[in-house]
Amino acid sequence: MRRFAVIAAGLAVVAMAGCSSSGSPSSSSTNTPSKSAATGTITVFAASSLMGSFTKLGQQFDAAHPGDTVKFSFGPSSGLATEITSGAPADVFASASPKNMATVVSAGDASNPQDFAKNIAEIAVPPSNPGHVASVTDLAKSSVKVALCQPQVPCGKVAAEVFKNAGITVKPVTLQPDVKSTLSQVELGNVDAGVVYVTDVLAAGAKVKGIVIPASDNASTLYPIAAISKGNNLSIAQQFVAYVLSPAGQQVLTAAGFEKP
Amino acid sequence: MPAPLLVPALVAVAFLVLPLAGLLIRAPWSGLGKALSGSDATQALVLSVWTASVSTAISLVIGTPLAWVLARTSFPGQRLLRALVTLPLVLPPVVGGVALLLAFSRVGLVGRYLDYWFGLTIPFTPLAVVMAETFVAMPFLIITVEGALRSADQGFEEAAATLGARRMTVFRRVTVPMIAPSLGAGAVLCWARALGEFGATITFAGSFPGQTETMPIAVYYALENDPNAAIALSLVLLLVSVVVLVSLRDRWLRRGPVL
Repeated sequence: MRRFAVIAAGLAVVAMAGCSSSGSPSSSSTNTPSKSAATGTITVFAASSLMGSFTKLGQQFDAAHPGDTVKFSFGPSSGLATEITSGAPADVFASASPKNMATVVSAGDASNPQDFAKNIAEIAVPPSNPGHVASVTDLAKSSVKVALCQPQVPCGKVAAEVFKNAGITVKPVTLQPDVKSTLSQVELGNVDAGVVYVTDVLAAGAKVKGIVIPASDNASTLYPIAAISKGNNLSIAQQFVAYVLSPAGQQVLTAAGFEKP
Repeated sequence: MPAPLLVPALVAVAFLVLPLAGLLIRAPWSGLGKALSGSDATQALVLSVWTASVSTAISLVIGTPLAWVLARTSFPGQRLLRALVTLPLVLPPVVGGVALLLAFSRVGLVGRYLDYWFGLTIPFTPLAVVMAETFVAMPFLIITVEGALRSADQGFEEAAATLGARRMTVFRRVTVPMIAPSLGAGAVLCWARALGEFGATITFAGSFPGQTETMPIAVYYALENDPNAAIALSLVLLLVSVVVLVSLRDRWLRRGPVL
């Protein structure tokens, strides 16, 4: 019986470890807020489509501001907005949609968001293009397996707009939690196509092939950014926002495929 | 009662009970029906219940014989086999989902042939949900049944055998009735675990309403969209869990300890 208890305790520990590592995107940043400005660490909650460019921006910001550290929590803008309004320790929110920023602003957690980038949709297919996808209308075929983002996530909204513009109905096989996981399904070859952003196709390199959506059908989303008013390091947060909007920051975003807002 | 034991015990109770209290207090009781019908709740519940039931049935059919093999026979490598079989108990479910994906996805180890030969794609179908749930939940049944088999008095089985019963007859007429309470308890545990499965399911089966979006996944997404619906869905799962627990307690109380 004692042995069973030991095993049970071991299982409990493993289960807890499992929970903490597979929790919400912000779980890594739920440290207690420190009020001292000396530590200079801020946590930026950013849309997952910003993963590549913001990671780079963060490194540049760290280099330019010795003593300050930027940490990131990437995820779906809708989920990040929910986390922030429920009190997650964010200092900056960079959303892939004005709507999710509006949620945070109307909850009183941020003010004066500024648009810093624009992104347009693109179709990603595996390099061998098993579904023979050549245009956006091919996504409506029942033989083509399509992955989309959840409808409440910005990339899901953009995809819906594209389909509306093209006058087609697409029945996806899966609705993924964010744009990066939609892209992974394409990279893994589980689906024939996914609707992601231009920037994602660019970042994926040879792992996927991009099928450009004609401008007449395409849709875009604006990216607003704001410092979180109840964050513990407002001045550094504001400096980071300014850096993203600065020419140096804009250069990184343009290189990643983002357009000017 | 000594305070050094009592105080931590009370902290533990508070820690376990407070979140549940929070769920009950924040629940939109007046708009519960509306919150539940406003989402894909019914679809998700139906999908969850039937996939968990199928997973449990599969686990009973193939897991019980495996438990018997582990408890009643001995062969080289048996300890290793038991460790492998119970690994999903401690493995983070997401890892199980990734493993299933690598084996059964369209480009996976086995999946590519299923796709090539039969045009069968498992991910993104309810079958994938059943597989993910079975992978994660079956070990609960296996260890419960194996434990019961080990602690059961083998004298009855030997008596039946000496009276001329064949091994299969002994298994059916003596062993199974003897461990019936544990089979029930194991099945209920397995069903509850399958019902709550999230990580392996979303990784392997994806998420689409009516196809692969189970209750836990619906709760997760509803939290982004409509927190009241998320709370309402959580209440339904809480209620199911309480029913499961009560049914287990009942068995334990009537038949004595089985785990």
